[in-house]
Amino acid sequence: MFSNLPLLSLVIWTPIIGGMLVLATGSKNSIEVKVLSLLVSLVTLALSIPLYTQFDPSLASMQFEELIPWISNFHINYHIGVDGISMPLILLTTFITVIVIIAGWEVITFKVAQYFAAFLILEGLMIGTFAAMDAMLFYVFWEALLIPMFVIIGIWGGANRVYATIKFFLYTFLGSVFMLISLLYMYMHAAEVNGVGTFNLLELHKLPLDMTPQILIFLSFLLAFAVKVPMWPVHTWLPDAHVEAPTGGSVILAAIMLKLGGYGFIRFSLPITPDASMALDWLVILLSLIAIVYIGFVALIQADMKKLIAYSSISHMGFVTLGFFLFWKITENTGSASGAVLGLEGGMIQMISHGFISGAMFLSVGVLYDRMHSRMIKDYGGVVNTMPAFATFAVFFAMANAGLPGTSGFVGEFMVIMAAFKANFWYAFLAATTLIIGAAYTLWMVKRVIFGEIANEQVENLEDMNGREFFMMIVLAIAVLVIGLYPAPLLEVMHASIDNLVAHISISKLPM
Amino acid sequence: MFENYSDSQVYLAIVLAPLIGSIFAGIFNAYISKAVAHTVTIAGVGISFILALFVFEYHAFNDAQIYNETVYTWLVSDGIRFEVGFLVDNLTSMMLVVVSFVSLMVHLYTIGYMQEDPGYKRFFSYISLFTFSMYMLVMSNNFLQLFFGWEAVGLVSYLLIGFYYKKESAIFANMKAFLVNRVGDFGFILGIAGVLMVFNTLDYADVFSAAAAHADQTIELIPGKEWSMMTVICILLFIGAMGKSAQVPLHVWLPDSMEGPTPISALIHAATMVTAGIFMVTRMSPLFELSETALSFILVIGAITALFMGFLGIIQNDIKRVVAYSTLSQLGYMTVALGASAYSAAVFHLMTHAFFKALLFLAAGSVIIGMHHVQDIRQMGGLKKYMPITYWTSLIGTLALIGFPGFSGFYSKDSIIEAVHASSIAGSDFAYYSVLIGVFITALYSLRLFFIVFHGEERMDHHTKEHLKESPWVVWLPLVLLAIPSVIIGGMTISSVLYGDYFNNVVYVQQAHDVLGHLKEDYHGPFSMILHGISSAPFLLMAAGIVVAWFLYMKNPELPAKIKNIFSPIYYVLDSKYGFDAFNEKVIAAGTRGIGNLLSKFGDILIIDGIIVNGSAKSVAWFSGLIRNIQTGYLYHYAFAMILGLIGLLYITVY
Repeated sequence: MFSNLPLLSLVIWTPIIGGMLVLATGSKNSIEVKVLSLLVSLVTLALSIPLYTQFDPSLASMQFEELIPWISNFHINYHIGVDGISMPLILLTTFITVIVIIAGWEVITFKVAQYFAAFLILEGLMIGTFAAMDAMLFYVFWEALLIPMFVIIGIWGGANRVYATIKFFLYTFLGSVFMLISLLYMYMHAAEVNGVGTFNLLELHKLPLDMTPQILIFLSFLLAFAVKVPMWPVHTWLPDAHVEAPTGGSVILAAIMLKLGGYGFIRFSLPITPDASMALDWLVILLSLIAIVYIGFVALIQADMKKLIAYSSISHMGFVTLGFFLFWKITENTGSASGAVLGLEGGMIQMISHGFISGAMFLSVGVLYDRMHSRMIKDYGGVVNTMPAFATFAVFFAMANAGLPGTSGFVGEFMVIMAAFKANFWYAFLAATTLIIGAAYTLWMVKRVIFGEIANEQVENLEDMNGREFFMMIVLAIAVLVIGLYPAPLLEVMHASIDNLVAHISISKLPM
Repeated sequence: MFENYSDSQVYLAIVLAPLIGSIFAGIFNAYISKAVAHTVTIAGVGISFILALFVFEYHAFNDAQIYNETVYTWLVSDGIRFEVGFLVDNLTSMMLVVVSFVSLMVHLYTIGYMQEDPGYKRFFSYISLFTFSMYMLVMSNNFLQLFFGWEAVGLVSYLLIGFYYKKESAIFANMKAFLVNRVGDFGFILGIAGVLMVFNTLDYADVFSAAAAHADQTIELIPGKEWSMMTVICILLFIGAMGKSAQVPLHVWLPDSMEGPTPISALIHAATMVTAGIFMVTRMSPLFELSETALSFILVIGAITALFMGFLGIIQNDIKRVVAYSTLSQLGYMTVALGASAYSAAVFHLMTHAFFKALLFLAAGSVIIGMHHVQDIRQMGGLKKYMPITYWTSLIGTLALIGFPGFSGFYSKDSIIEAVHASSIAGSDFAYYSVLIGVFITALYSLRLFFIVFHGEERMDHHTKEHLKESPWVVWLPLVLLAIPSVIIGGMTISSVLYGDYFNNVVYVQQAHDVLGHLKEDYHGPFSMILHGISSAPFLLMAAGIVVAWFLYMKNPELPAKIKNIFSPIYYVLDSKYGFDAFNEKVIAAGTRGIGNLLSKFGDILIIDGIIVNGSAKSVAWFSGLIRNIQTGYLYHYAFAMILGLIGLLYITVY
């Protein structure tokens, strides 16, 4: 029935236009504004579901493709489409946004319409980034989504929000301008080689490039994406941004925005500059392992729950970048590429899983923060006594964060460790330390916050979750469990695209 | 095995029955009565126990085919299928019976033990969940699911050790247990990754059948030095076993796990979960047999654990901790058997130990109930006349533990000692003497505990003594039911399990390592084993242990204090548990936090943020401040600058 609809465009523009509508209602704190926002996010979620149900997992090519000329002088097109790599990330976005809208329901009382509008517009822009098949369109979405995030932290954030927003903005912006230069270079290079310039991503994937430009392009991409992931040492904006952001902002930031970095690596760096990726894979692997180990240690001593989870996010995202860049080392070590797909798909699963788990972790902190107005671990203790239902979920998500089998947190880490062993024993060794360190920082926090005698009067007066909070928790818990117990369906949609990617990057792009 | 149901349905029912009970009691916690909670969970475990008996009968006596089927495909990636599936053979069916029986006894016992506890229903939910997880572990047909079960039992152990979540010591102990186990799992998952690298599958059957072909594969861990891949894999896998089965130096969590309620100390931290490592190595005998280095490593670790953890049992005064150290020591015995390639003996001891150690723990719990939750044995004494059933069952458990001829423990422990004696793997001499001395130590601390608690002077306060009575039937019935196998199961099964063909299709032993095959030639049935046992060294050592215990704690009760004073340095070493806890606390934990602080303060805050990020922001500000000075607003300054510029321009154009 809907087969003729530009489904993907609808998924991108419904929240953006819906967000504009919400903005237009003015700033009064009314239930209508919230209902409208929720409705928009639900419609978007509903619209995104056919992307999964009508998706043909046997195809590696782009599906739900749309192409409308935009700036024809420079061959820039409104060109969108999804494959097995972007589709799950889009569904994650539409799902998490609904949760975030619900999370802000009673909590936000200041400029309510603007708050919800910002999230809806942000949702559309993020989906646009995942769906863009034109590099310039990608760049526009990529930069545009900084604005609502900037606003979210800057207006609804904590005491030190100005420092955090500026840091966030400059860091990410610095990263992406170099990417823009690379895109322009490739446009002109394509004009030289093919007679006509292009920003079409699929064309850029095929564009032959010499080693030097590849290296430079790779490094510019690395900077752009590493900031977003974030990778060590360009990660220090994230803890600050998380600490200052409102709960909803933290959830979106951790659950989706970080994934844009990972997505960039798999959509741009690997296929556009495979030879440079091969030459510099050690760099990404090194930075990933530093992220996993170094950041794990740093997370351990954090006194602020949000900072701790932020560092934990960086550490977990290390598995994504590690998994993505194992291909060449595996081939070098074992003589076959078997295991490369495992690493790439492990990284993908890790992104999806981290979306749910980190989102749930930040929501948990939000539930506590709304009651006690503190993020400091020392202000808590014995929460289980007064909030048993909350404690159950908190322990569950903590275990998921520690990668317990049966939760989604295990799947990606497991696959990447398996793949890493094939590349080099020591990669796996260092990556697997997360089993210990990850459990240590997570459970130590749980011990100090959740368990024990009631620490003070405020904890004694805590009320357990209400229906709204319970709903968010249970939905996320189900997602975490389902992916943990039966990840096969999620992986099936990726196979064709990932296989295609591996086939692509194993062929040199250096001109003969 | 049942006409109308396929085997797979029966196996699924075994696994799912306790899971359903657990979920029911967990989710409806607030809405159901205590009676409903325990009825549902006990029904679940009861069903699985009955089915397990059928499965056992089917496999042990009716020569059923080994069942090896997939339940569902967890995921497929890179052409590798990761599955959830069941492998049911003689080893599995024996483990199923042991686990379900002990679990059922513990469920029953809990009705009495936890009667007053506000977390009653939660407790039942947890122990049923544990039972499910343990089934998944022992029924697995692949490494992945093994790891699932492995971590799941660890999770439930974590939840149960921290069951009294208000108690600081309990929530410290559960975190410690989880983290120490994670150190083991760290090795374990690397071992699994190694298996995947070599075999490209995690399915047991495929891996084991291909194992021999990969025996010569090597890996370069340090450039230029080749290691046998099998040795690396086996040692990594065994590190996992060291965590779960509490082998030195990863044993530190087990004594602390006694913070949990006594029923789970019996079920999880004595009878079942801690034996998972033993089970795992046995299951993987086709791999371990390929690496004598790994076997030697196992042998030595096991011997150290068996002997040195036994010593610690002698000086403990907490009734549960004495039993906990004896568990450590006995796990060491099992590990030694593994190292000597006597896998069947290890599993045999695992089985007998499960019964008598669960019995000893539950009896200790019965004493604790009687004593109103006093656990210090120095406040007990003469309990025999107040708690006769607990007394007699404890005696049975103790005799089984010390290996008194005729009791279950005798057969399994003596076999291990003989097997190690016959082994020629490096380290077997050390292991032999360790387990031999261990016999004396075991008898000493076991009888010490027994005499101090049940005999001698009544040291409890007046109030306690007034209320001292035998525990209710739900508590003593499991004791009696566990006492029966503690006496008879060893003699009943040794001929087939150890010297028969029970493990023929399960355990693989290389000809050169086959110590049990060697012992088999001298084996003429359980009765002659007793006769032979009475004249052997272990028996004399055991008897010596009993006599010394009697002399020290019955005859001259003031003597131990004097000995303690004379040998105070030794006492200090034992009392500080060889310093493992202090080392972990002061070096490992503090060091980790120190590294974290260093990286955070120095790396993140000072270098990255301070110098690079804010530093560049500041230098921009500084530079612009400098430049700003030029913009004075005076016209003659600008005019001067223009003239300078003009001269410069002229200079360039002219030359």
